[in-house]
Amino acid sequence: MPVEYLKETPSQTGGPYVHIGTLPAFAGLAVRTQEQPHIIDGAGERIRITGLVIDGSGTPVRDALLELWQADAEGRHNAGDFSGWGRAAASSETGEWMFETVRPGVVPWRDGRPQAPHVSLLIFARGINIHLHTRMYFPEDAAALEADPVLRSVEQAGRRATLVAERTAAADMPSYRFTIHLQGDAETVFFDM
Amino acid sequence: MPADGMTGLMAGTQGDIMRRDRNQHPPAFTPQYKTSVLRSPRRALVSLEPGPGENAGPVFKARILEPLDNDLIRNYAQAEGNHGDAQGERIIVHGKVLDECGRPVPNTLIEVWQANAGGRYRHKNDSYLAPLDPNFGGQGRCMTDADGNYFFRTIRPGPYPWRNNGSDWRPAHIHISLFGHAFVQRLVSQLYFEGDPLIPFCPIIGTLPDKAAAERLVARLDMGNAVPFDALAYRFDVVLRGRRQTFFENRPEGM
Repeated sequence: MPVEYLKETPSQTGGPYVHIGTLPAFAGLAVRTQEQPHIIDGAGERIRITGLVIDGSGTPVRDALLELWQADAEGRHNAGDFSGWGRAAASSETGEWMFETVRPGVVPWRDGRPQAPHVSLLIFARGINIHLHTRMYFPEDAAALEADPVLRSVEQAGRRATLVAERTAAADMPSYRFTIHLQGDAETVFFDM
Repeated sequence: MPADGMTGLMAGTQGDIMRRDRNQHPPAFTPQYKTSVLRSPRRALVSLEPGPGENAGPVFKARILEPLDNDLIRNYAQAEGNHGDAQGERIIVHGKVLDECGRPVPNTLIEVWQANAGGRYRHKNDSYLAPLDPNFGGQGRCMTDADGNYFFRTIRPGPYPWRNNGSDWRPAHIHISLFGHAFVQRLVSQLYFEGDPLIPFCPIIGTLPDKAAAERLVARLDMGNAVPFDALAYRFDVVLRGRRQTFFENRPEGM
């Protein structure tokens, strides 16, 4: 008999009311109304990331919950006061979501090669049975994107672009647009890491 | 980095998170649960070993918790004392969070949310005809202790109808969210209650291909820990992904 391990608890959808437990003020509860977990404080260049999650019919998902995880501006995780973690709800009207954070630094991959700066994202929603895991990269980093070991692991080179945000015009801070396609020709790359 | 390659974590916990056994989880596309049809990726996930950022994860401190965060009976009360208690069958839910290697997962944040005793959620988008309970918000949080144990107090949620195959009915359930200590240990699930006759009819439990996996989502009645003349108890243990030992693995400088 092979060595036995415990089995991971199965995932179930977060459901339509995921916000009650994760962003109670968004759900309409008078709880922790001052918290703004979509804004991640820290030292470094402030940036904004906005986007949509689009379903297989082209319709924005208006009940999605996103979680963001990233390194600090120096490429470190869990260093000092920087949480590296954020959470945002898609708008119930439009599906728009937004994070404000700092531009992440370079984190080495497993073999020491540098990864291009990126943030990791998890997507939860009704109809999503187990959360989806993707990454958002920055379009300015052309050489680093070309060399990024994770992007290069996506066999179909044409799909790598689904992980790269667009720079958008904004006066106050560098802003990026990231559209996540759950299905279709432009289906975003999702990871099993 | 210390010369022995350790990163300051406990021995045996510094390796990669073990690969996820997808057979324990629902697939993305489960047409009996209709909403999944347009929200399920159709291409294979890209499989990669986790990197340093995926083996690390957000850290939540116990100081973020307020005293009643793990008491859903009282944490939305509109009056003092038991005049403000939520309506319903009083229960304690408790258990242990372990990883696949059987190691306790200490000091990790757990978030829960649920419908009230009538099956109604306090959410701007829930319009079910059952009334709101003015004393019940339906959300709570707690941290596991040093041995991975957790508990919270609540009322047993009611079943409720939802539009899927006509009016399907959800069995009583509590949503539960866990972080573990690595980004890729993240888990969101739902716990059900032993003996609930609606479990076999539920299209969402039915997304699980392995019936034994579904059984592990059922909290067990725990009469030994019932609080006399106050609350019943249910036991629900959670297993998160394990972490490999490192054998003969030299990490490059800087990792």
